[in-house]
Amino acid sequence: MPSLLSKLQKINTTTTMNKNYFEIKRAGINTTFQDQGRSNLYHIGIPFSGAMDNRNFQISNKLVGNETNSPVIEFAYQGPLLKYFGDDIKCAIAGDVKFIIRKNDNDIEGNCYQSFTLENGDEIDIITTNKSVYGYLAISGEFNLEYQWSSCSINTKANIGSNNGKRIEDTQKIYISKINKDLNDKKLNYINTKIEKIRVIKGTNFNYFSEEGKNIFFDKEFVVSKLSDRMGMRLDGPKIENIVDTNIKSEGLIKGVIQVPADGNPIIMLSDHGTIGGYPKIGVVISADYDKLVQLTPGSKVKFQEVELSSAETLFKLYDLETQNLISQI
Amino acid sequence: MIKNISNLGDAALYCDFGTEVNKEVNNKVIRYFKSIQKENIDGINNLTPSYNKLIVSFDLRKKNFQTVKKLIENLNVINDDKLESNKIKIPVCCDEKFSLDIKRLEEKLKISRDKIYEKFFNKEFFCYMTGFIAGMPFLGDLETELRAKRLETPRVKVPKGSVGLTEQFANVYTFESPGGWNIIGNTPIVIFNSSKENNPNLINPGDAVTFEQITKDQYNNYNE
Repeated sequence: MPSLLSKLQKINTTTTMNKNYFEIKRAGINTTFQDQGRSNLYHIGIPFSGAMDNRNFQISNKLVGNETNSPVIEFAYQGPLLKYFGDDIKCAIAGDVKFIIRKNDNDIEGNCYQSFTLENGDEIDIITTNKSVYGYLAISGEFNLEYQWSSCSINTKANIGSNNGKRIEDTQKIYISKINKDLNDKKLNYINTKIEKIRVIKGTNFNYFSEEGKNIFFDKEFVVSKLSDRMGMRLDGPKIENIVDTNIKSEGLIKGVIQVPADGNPIIMLSDHGTIGGYPKIGVVISADYDKLVQLTPGSKVKFQEVELSSAETLFKLYDLETQNLISQI
Repeated sequence: MIKNISNLGDAALYCDFGTEVNKEVNNKVIRYFKSIQKENIDGINNLTPSYNKLIVSFDLRKKNFQTVKKLIENLNVINDDKLESNKIKIPVCCDEKFSLDIKRLEEKLKISRDKIYEKFFNKEFFCYMTGFIAGMPFLGDLETELRAKRLETPRVKVPKGSVGLTEQFANVYTFESPGGWNIIGNTPIVIFNSSKENNPNLINPGDAVTFEQITKDQYNNYNE
């Protein structure tokens, strides 16, 4: 039973929280709070979740002077329309995003990778991501969020994380518990590039597929299907023939695993994936390519390219250095 | 005990304990899982035990395949007798509203629903693993007469609480989810509770689970 004291504390925090907030005038397609995600829970069926594009997530935070793993608003395709009430606050958007800052009915074209100030009554209208899926909105301060397993990341499949584990909805309010003042505007020169070749390491069931199937996997073009979300990305293309068994005994999955079910079309596991699966694993996307993989929009054409483990490790080191380098430029 | 260790991508180890599915093999998997968990190794950020495999995920900024492989090979593995096992009873209502596939099973297995329920409710199951969706237990082993394949076309939505059978296994859908298991009933109890961060799962690997048939009235008035 919740004690009277904790009830009182709750009332106190909400009253002080009411001062600075966003009102959601349009929620967008898939708008959630995300941070670095939660680890060590695969064994009970809970995936990492967290920001899909880790690089842009970290950059958005640095642009408003936050720790790089602070909670942000992640949106996909059409983002939210937010009206702000409260003291001046700095915000920044990372990704390839078309958005408008509305001040007294004046529309100002927004620039990604450049912090801006919101005043009482201003709006941010995130119209769409360009040739990409995810974008990130960070504020110079803290959202008032609940944490589960040290993360606020919303997992809508298991209703875990902040906002009762549900995506952000129309008309709801997002409260801000802390604003960091006296912050200089920050900027980064960065252009997102689109990946065309997804580099993979052969999977543990690579030999379940016919020689022709293996060649198709590495030679032919695949198209990202509309049936893609935070859980997984489905691809269409020439069928990959299985010659051993279209099922395996269910076993663990990780981010980036490419499963091929009986229909011969690959599915790539993404951050909210089911933790156990029973389809053969033909490959695993290398860690260095994950951020760019998740940004592929439906209809994008991709090819898979094989790399060895040692190259994958080096490529990740380089990618991580590049990310750290970008962050240090802000 | 591990037959082979390979890499699954660049940030995970795939520990293979063989192809058989039985308590003995699974017990080895769980012992490794608990031993690694106990060591609390910096950089290892997830473990997924299953019937006969264990996947060890790590942070590529801190560890790599070779370093983690060495750690696992030199691991001090805990003994059998230290493993916990709880006995858990799950109430299940098999009213027509819930037993979505019982007719199909009667036809597939060529035995009556009474026989199916009799065998199912008199069995003590062993929890091999949890996952796919949060808290879902994979229980075994069903008697050979009750073993059926998945639905040919999986359901887009299996109701929360559904109890399903496939091959030698039974499970409980802890959330509404897509799925292809043969559904024979529904439980009113909460199997996964995210507000209990230390122990969100009612059923954990190694536990012994029995099902108990309840009436529709008991289901509707069920209070935990």
